[in-house]
Amino acid sequence: MKFLRDLLDKQKPLFEKGGKLESLYYAFEAGETFMFSPKHTTGIKGAQVKDAIDLKRMMITVVIAMIPCLLFGIYNTGHQHLLATGGTAGLWEDFGDKTWIGVKLVLPIIIVAYAAGGIVEAIFAVVRKHPINEGFLVTGMLIPLVVPATTPLWQVALATVFAVVIAKEVFGGTGMNVLNVAMTARAFLYFAYPAQISGDQVWTYLGDKMPVDGFSGATALSVVYNAGVEGTQTAVEALASHNTVLGSGLYEFTNLFMGWIPGSIGETSTLMALVGALILIGTGVASWKIIFSGFAGAYIMGFVMNLFAVNEYMALPPEYHWVMGGLAFGIVFMATDPVSASQTETGKWIYGLLIGFLTVIIRVTNPAYPEGIMLAVLFMNVFAPLIDYYVVKANKTRRLQRATV
Amino acid sequence: MSKIVKLKKGFDINMVGKAKQELADFAPAQTFAIKPTDFIGLQRPKVLVNEGDTVKAGTPILIDKALDQVIYAAPVSGKIVEIKRGDRRKLLEIKILSDATITHEQLGQVDIVSLDRDALAAKLAASGTWPNIIQRPFGIVANPADTPKSIFISAFDTHPLAPDYAFALQGQEKYLQAGIEALAKLTSGKVHLNVDGSKAVPTVFSNLKGAQVNKFSGPHPAGNVGVQIHHLDPINKGEIAWTVTPYGVAQIGKFILEGIYDASKVIAVTGSELTKAAYVKTYMGASVSTFVKGNLNSGHVRVISGNVLTGEKIALEGFLGFYHNQITVIPEGDYYEFMGWAKPTTRLSYHRALGLLSFLTPKKEFVMDSNARGEERAFVQTGVFESVTPMDILPVYLLKAIMAEDFDEIEELGIYEIVEEDLALCEFVDVSKHPVQELVRKGIELIQYS
Repeated sequence: MKFLRDLLDKQKPLFEKGGKLESLYYAFEAGETFMFSPKHTTGIKGAQVKDAIDLKRMMITVVIAMIPCLLFGIYNTGHQHLLATGGTAGLWEDFGDKTWIGVKLVLPIIIVAYAAGGIVEAIFAVVRKHPINEGFLVTGMLIPLVVPATTPLWQVALATVFAVVIAKEVFGGTGMNVLNVAMTARAFLYFAYPAQISGDQVWTYLGDKMPVDGFSGATALSVVYNAGVEGTQTAVEALASHNTVLGSGLYEFTNLFMGWIPGSIGETSTLMALVGALILIGTGVASWKIIFSGFAGAYIMGFVMNLFAVNEYMALPPEYHWVMGGLAFGIVFMATDPVSASQTETGKWIYGLLIGFLTVIIRVTNPAYPEGIMLAVLFMNVFAPLIDYYVVKANKTRRLQRATV
Repeated sequence: MSKIVKLKKGFDINMVGKAKQELADFAPAQTFAIKPTDFIGLQRPKVLVNEGDTVKAGTPILIDKALDQVIYAAPVSGKIVEIKRGDRRKLLEIKILSDATITHEQLGQVDIVSLDRDALAAKLAASGTWPNIIQRPFGIVANPADTPKSIFISAFDTHPLAPDYAFALQGQEKYLQAGIEALAKLTSGKVHLNVDGSKAVPTVFSNLKGAQVNKFSGPHPAGNVGVQIHHLDPINKGEIAWTVTPYGVAQIGKFILEGIYDASKVIAVTGSELTKAAYVKTYMGASVSTFVKGNLNSGHVRVISGNVLTGEKIALEGFLGFYHNQITVIPEGDYYEFMGWAKPTTRLSYHRALGLLSFLTPKKEFVMDSNARGEERAFVQTGVFESVTPMDILPVYLLKAIMAEDFDEIEELGIYEIVEEDLALCEFVDVSKHPVQELVRKGIELIQYS
């Protein structure tokens, strides 16, 4: 790698103070530190040695944790396409075709998200003279995973730009943002272009093919919601009897858990989200408290709904809330964003629990929003500082009381 | 009542280069220096000697005009060879070339029983031993006019490669005892002697009387006196406690019993880059070059006065800091590393993020260099500082308050309870590479001088 180092050393004076391309220093610096970790040493006073971790490594760990969801999402995109258009029967039949269809749809979305966001990052870094934020490594992967494979690429680009600018850069970049950037992107799409990200038509890619007769593209959440409105059968029965034309048990618990269902690219599989959770908790990058209390909160609220059930949706067994929609993905990857989440250890319990509560409340009681996790996370992002405020205040009070006793 | 405190939070940094429990026969140091910069809070230093003067061990050579009853004394007898000043005539070093045999100023023995508290404090302040007494809050040299609510002595050091006090202070029992008796007279409360609860109390400490013995166990920073105070008798706004290291207690005791200022101490010479890591008997402020030169097994090194968490980088010919009891020599880390942020590494890390494998080998001793391992960023990860700080303190909120210079918050979040070393581990584990200890000092100064 010496030639690369020599090349960089040769170009470096151009970008340094007084060089011709001085204004592009942070762009150069981002590339340089990506290839070579810098040779800075610790200061004269203070810690003389440092932990081997840095922010890049931490962020890339999150990206790796998302890979199971991504790979599953790619295959599932192809699988749902062939299933809906009558091209396949078995789960593992036409493996190559399904993967190829998935890659063709998903890869461009990822590239667009990274490119659009990366350009915005770079512009801000150069203009505002700050280093490029590693946080984008994660955001650029999260955004593609929370949109349907049918989302137009220009919408992906627009949402990414909007989110990076409005949710992050205006606050000063990664570490300063109030809202989760990827959730903001999704919320933007949801409110700006609802036709492409809600309803029954967008979750399965059909392409130019016709779906099989009797096909319905409704998600499990809307099936359950309708069961609640109609009240002719229980929610579980409604799920079991849905879309039997595609084979029985599409929306049965196990299948929902596995994720062989229509939905946004990366969020259908609870199993894969849990694999990601294992990686995040095992590496200590995400807070297990938020993940655990998030799931617990959803279950508890689902159970409370059961107790006061006036319709079939409220009577839905609470564990179904874990496997429908994007709850698992949202809790594991979005709620745990350390910057926008609660930052005190006690606060994390409350924050996670309330996300679980709110998600189920929004799902069950609000006809306008079939899925609650997105709004629950954003809502709690806004409230996290308030939770922390009281936790910090309790700490101060303990100190004060000690003094007066 | 003595207390037993078991701490869970923290992190031990195991490094290669532990000092062997023997006194090495390094050539004795020739020059010694008093560095006014070692004494934090020393506001207006005034040198009392000129270049060319001869001094004895214990001769006053420096005072702080803001606290002029406390003298800073020459550690050895000899000749003042240089008074080094930096920019704007800032006083940096007063160098002494030592005599072959050290002669002491005869200050007279002290009868603790017959003296009252203030007279004893005045004697100590004039003896040269006083700067061993540190005031909390702020971590500055104590004011003899104050009466602290308690005095704390941590009888063990959990810093990386720290000297084993049981070895370094062996034979000093009677001085330690006399020192504790003197300190007991200075406080309105108790003298706390905090020992390592994870092993048997070494004989040098086990027979001491007049102090409350508390046991602390757990990973670093269990040995930090600030952490211990937090669990025994935390410092609130307006209160004052004092801390002294066992080295300082012995020095005070020797002055009481023999009437001399004896600045000799056994220090640990440690670090992976040394051929021989061992203890050596020398004096405070010793030039480290005779211990290091000729003892190196590599060329590109960093010499640190103190330990790797709280120490200070010094030159190969530099001097041991007043409060430091060890030197550490590690490789200098000024190298680039290709894809260094992504490669799996066995380098020591508190974290377990992708490719950080050191958690698999918790007992391993690591060679650590001075590379900064990344660049400074905004705070991102949460919960880690808390997990290495065994105190009811929220380090991130405190540090943010300091950055924002929010005086009320700084105070309410516990600045009175900490000094730099108490959050040094945060600086080590920080993903975003903040200069935590520098910030802590900034916060202390904001409050201290407000």
